[in-house]
Amino acid sequence: MSDSTLEPILSVRNLVKHFPLTQGILFKKQIGAVKAVDGISFDLYPGETLGIVGESGCGKSTVAKLLMNLEQATSGEVFYKGQDITRLSGRALKAVRRNIQMVFQDPYTSLNPRMTVGDIIGEPFDIHPEVAPKGDRRKRVQELLDVVGLNPEYLNRYPHQFSGGQRQRIGIARGLALNPEVIICDEPVSALDVSVQAQVVNLMEKLQDEFGLSYIFIAHDLSIVRHISDRVGVMYLGKMAEIGTDAEIYDHPTHPYTQALLSAVPVPDPEAREHRERIILTGDVPSPANPPSGCRFRTRCWKAQERCSQEVPLLAVPSVFAGQDTPAAHESACHFAAEKDVVHAA
Amino acid sequence: MTVISEGATAAPQAAQTAPLLEVRDLHVEFHTRDGVAKAVNGVNYSVQAGETLAVLGESGSGKSVTAQAIMGILDMPPGRIPQGQILFQGQDMLAMSGEQRRKIRGRKIAMIFQDALSSLNPVLSVGYQLGEMFRVHQGLSRKAAKAKAIELMDRVRIPAAAERVNDYPHQFSGGMRQRIMIAMALALEPDLIIADEPTTALDVTVQAQVMDLLAELQREYNMGLILITHDLGVVADVADKIAVMYAGRIVETAPVHQIYAAPAHPYTKGLLQSIPRLDRKGQELYAIKGLPPNLLHIPSGCAFNPRCPMAQDICRTEVPVLHTAGPGRGSACHFWKETLGE
Ligand SMILES: Nc1ncnc2c1ncn2[C@@H]1O[C@H](COP(=O)(O)OP(=O)(O)OP(=O)(O)O)[C@@H](O)[C@H]1O
Ligand SMILES: Nc1ncnc2c1ncn2[C@@H]1O[C@H](COP(=O)(O)OP(=O)(O)OP(=O)(O)O)[C@@H](O)[C@H]1O
Ligand code: SF4
Ligand SMILES: [Mg+2]
Ligand SMILES: [Mg+2]
Repeated sequence: MSDSTLEPILSVRNLVKHFPLTQGILFKKQIGAVKAVDGISFDLYPGETLGIVGESGCGKSTVAKLLMNLEQATSGEVFYKGQDITRLSGRALKAVRRNIQMVFQDPYTSLNPRMTVGDIIGEPFDIHPEVAPKGDRRKRVQELLDVVGLNPEYLNRYPHQFSGGQRQRIGIARGLALNPEVIICDEPVSALDVSVQAQVVNLMEKLQDEFGLSYIFIAHDLSIVRHISDRVGVMYLGKMAEIGTDAEIYDHPTHPYTQALLSAVPVPDPEAREHRERIILTGDVPSPANPPSGCRFRTRCWKAQERCSQEVPLLAVPSVFAGQDTPAAHESACHFAAEKDVVHAA
Repeated sequence: MTVISEGATAAPQAAQTAPLLEVRDLHVEFHTRDGVAKAVNGVNYSVQAGETLAVLGESGSGKSVTAQAIMGILDMPPGRIPQGQILFQGQDMLAMSGEQRRKIRGRKIAMIFQDALSSLNPVLSVGYQLGEMFRVHQGLSRKAAKAKAIELMDRVRIPAAAERVNDYPHQFSGGMRQRIMIAMALALEPDLIIADEPTTALDVTVQAQVMDLLAELQREYNMGLILITHDLGVVADVADKIAVMYAGRIVETAPVHQIYAAPAHPYTKGLLQSIPRLDRKGQELYAIKGLPPNLLHIPSGCAFNPRCPMAQDICRTEVPVLHTAGPGRGSACHFWKETLGE
């Protein structure tokens, strides 16, 4: 679906977000920084879905917030149709935000407990009344509830009266309210059972076809990411380890982290539990406040050599595959990128 | 992952001994402005020591509410338990005094919550909250409690635990907060852990580590585990037996191996069919049609009937009982044979 002759709708360049680590109560002294996102670049094309996967804490949600300008980037740029949104504020930012919406990870804290579901979903219309005139709102909100598979009669209920999965759908309905061009979904289906997940994903794909929406789809479930994504980026400790089409990443991963990740996917088949060949990563996930030198994955990588601790591997088509017509020739940030047979279910 | 060994062999004899936990005919309802929402409508399940019971089911089907009832942390009101028993080591917890229950909660039964962020106190450091377990229950000093907290954070693989022990919950990622919750539940080495989607927020490598860790502790302490999850992959990996819920009832129970091969309830079947598969990329995913039931007006007969491809007249009038559908198997469907046989 992605057509590289098109202009990207979002272009992310060297995006960095460091959270200061401070000490002291009265006189806060900065003693370091959590390098949550540390130099990330990628493009999102109109009508495509870019999946983002990666270890918990690797910076996915922070990337999402930076794309919405909900967090101030430490450095780097996010171009929306050529305009750097990290530098926008006020009215210009508001105009862009109408077109980039987010569905949040945590369905518990992202919904105001004192607002009814109708008010929560209708809230974006207060900021952008041009989308739904006052008289139409109730009807529009009910349509949105129906679209995400919630009973339209639930309009006057409060978030605590819904289950986790039901609340996630409320968040999706709100994300859809303004008919945006880009929706950034931070684990939109993680809280859902597989059948509701299927409904939501089918719905998202249908809306994408209908309105040409672009999605950034962050999730842990690798099989659902593969299902919905045209391209997939794999993050590790604030950096992009590997990026490519879904087939390139899932069938021809060349980065050891991606290979380990795919091998760990639990298979929905109890007969397989004894025969699975899992790459067990040893070592702890390093702290993003003090990431390893060179390649960030090297402390857990079974292929690491001297060079890995000295030289940061760049995200590029590995030289061994460069110029070749093979699905392994996609961007991978590893000095020793190679294909490996991995047992995977996704 | 080889987790079953002990649990599986222990199960047959364990059937004679009293289960660690047994829920009998539990009902929970909520009084709302619009009427009475019947969230749990006669749940029965049990767990032996050393055994893992996976609870699957539709979102909103009452999995968490059942767990909250077991823990004694339901909001009452608006919640109410009009009927049922929750036997822990043979004693009905619903009949106990508040004092007796508090002694069990946290120490003997611990819970890992679905919503990690809202169950951690935002204004206290995670180290303090972890340490509190040891200060309150074991009377440790502040310093000793903090050392224990660091050890636990290490155990659930929070990087640089010693440096981050004084950080506040919002400074951790979603998955890290989840691991902190796991650490808290494990702190006092309970007999039973109820884990409500403990790995939903984790990536698969950490998920594998966390599940291995839970399995290891389970073996070490012969702990019972109730695992509430949507992840059919995780269930296949670690569960001994499965209970599937729909509209506040158990609609199917079975040993793990059988349910995947041949589900005996149309809801379970639909669930398994909805798993995304490689060969269906680009196509629509299978999804059970229709909306989840409105708990204020649960359909008569079988609650699943408006969405069920097998439904006949009897399904709209008669509530199906849990039929025995094989050794250790039950299905609450009038047409369980046909479902199995298809
Ligand atoms: N406000 C903050 N202050 C300090 N550190 C933060 C803050 N927000 C996030 N972090 C840190 O930044 C890192 C990345 O966090 P982020 O939430 O982006 O991870 P994630 O990839 O979304 O993880 P998960 O999969 O668990 O949701 C983590 O180490 C986290 O502790
Ligand atoms: N305080 C409450 N007031 C009214 N209804 C409630 C309350 N708490 C829960 N419910 C209802 O009880 C039902 C069961 O909720 P529960 O949280 O147990 O679902 P669940 O099976 O855990 O779903 P999920 O998989 O989405 O977490 C839901 O329909 C929910 O709306
Ligand atoms: S560069 Fe080295 S450490 Fe990094 S992933 Fe490749 S082999 Fe491993
Ligand atoms: Mg996140
Ligand atoms: Mg729940």
